[in-house]
Amino acid sequence: MPSLKSLRTRINSVKSTQKITSAMKMVAASKLRRAQTQAEAARPYAERMERMMRALAASVAGSPTAPPLLVGTGKDQTHLLIAVTADRGLAGAFNSSIGRATRNLARRLESEGKTVKILTVGRKGRDYLRRELANRLVDPGISFAGKRRLEFSDAAEIGERVTAMLMAGEIDSATIVYNRFQSVIAQIVTEQQIIPAPPPPEGQAEDSGAQYEFEPDEETILEKLLPQVLAIQVYRALLESAAGEHGARMTAMDNATRNAGDMIKRLTLNYNRARQANITKELIEIISGAEAV
Amino acid sequence: MPTNLEIVSPEKLLLSRPVDMVVIPAAEGDMGVLEGHTPMIVALRGGTIALYEGDRITDQLYVAGGFAEVTPERCTVLANEAIPLAELSRTEAERRLAEAEAAYEAADKREGVLEDAALDRVQSARAMVEATGG
Repeated sequence: MPSLKSLRTRINSVKSTQKITSAMKMVAASKLRRAQTQAEAARPYAERMERMMRALAASVAGSPTAPPLLVGTGKDQTHLLIAVTADRGLAGAFNSSIGRATRNLARRLESEGKTVKILTVGRKGRDYLRRELANRLVDPGISFAGKRRLEFSDAAEIGERVTAMLMAGEIDSATIVYNRFQSVIAQIVTEQQIIPAPPPPEGQAEDSGAQYEFEPDEETILEKLLPQVLAIQVYRALLESAAGEHGARMTAMDNATRNAGDMIKRLTLNYNRARQANITKELIEIISGAEAV
Repeated sequence: MPTNLEIVSPEKLLLSRPVDMVVIPAAEGDMGVLEGHTPMIVALRGGTIALYEGDRITDQLYVAGGFAEVTPERCTVLANEAIPLAELSRTEAERRLAEAEAAYEAADKREGVLEDAALDRVQSARAMVEATGG
């Protein structure tokens, strides 16, 4: 039987842990709300971009001089995987599920004889993948640690870096692996191909009637538009992942708080039993002492 | 009849309202858009968007490049970045210009797409400095 004093210290330490986890849950909840608003705000741009892309793709389709961002380099040898994770842990399986998905994808591609390169966004993913796939990692990894708010320019930078790699012939295609925010308890690991650009979803009848003129010509516009499309896809993935991270942390911390509560209940029960046992023992001693006299 | 103007940046929908005319800085020269314009998709250079009501300019925004989709009913501007003229800062603009020029110098040594992009950036930063009333 542990002593009363050691039980008391344990109860106190679990209580302070519970305070921390419940505070982290609150913080995650408010950050989640902010991340969701930001993701919401990014939607109009992406929608209009898509509409423009549809109009363009229709008129450039099949052109032999289509830019590599749209059609790839014509080879299918080197794949770049962009693994988007968080910079911090304590978010349940959030980071490790991305790590696992990236590793499986890398293994699969390599078993098909392809070369794999991995660009990590977020410190946790890098730590995870360094253990087994260190020689595939591209340096330096990207991290937004210490940044208060994700900005579009951050995504644009990633886009530019990937484009530069493509132009230099270092990669032939790129896939981004991230957690899509489904709900607070569900984040879905998503693999999305970004180079070559996926065909835009079929347009609604609303816009198909309009015949656009282009200035300058279609291909020049397309050349400028594609990096932007790439950046917006990265941006969306980053925002989804940020919302997912806070959601995952909120759930994880909620569980931790509840577990701490259970533990406190159990320990308090033990503590009271021990106290009661002590009292009973002392009473017996006194009574049997009195009887002996 | 007014045309519906929308200005969106990747981070948010900045403006959405009917205007009588809007002048956008298209890549090959400024373009005035009125209601009933031919459908067009144009690339934008860095410059100033001017909103007209009647024959008065009601609002001016600096855009750092982007695209515009024009249809008879509306004009949608996809701006990389859009800042109301009143909120522009001269020092910020000059810092950007210096940065862009340095990047262009660096890109000069290599060739291809990167150089074009750097040149665009210099041009757009220069427009930003001009927009501050320099």
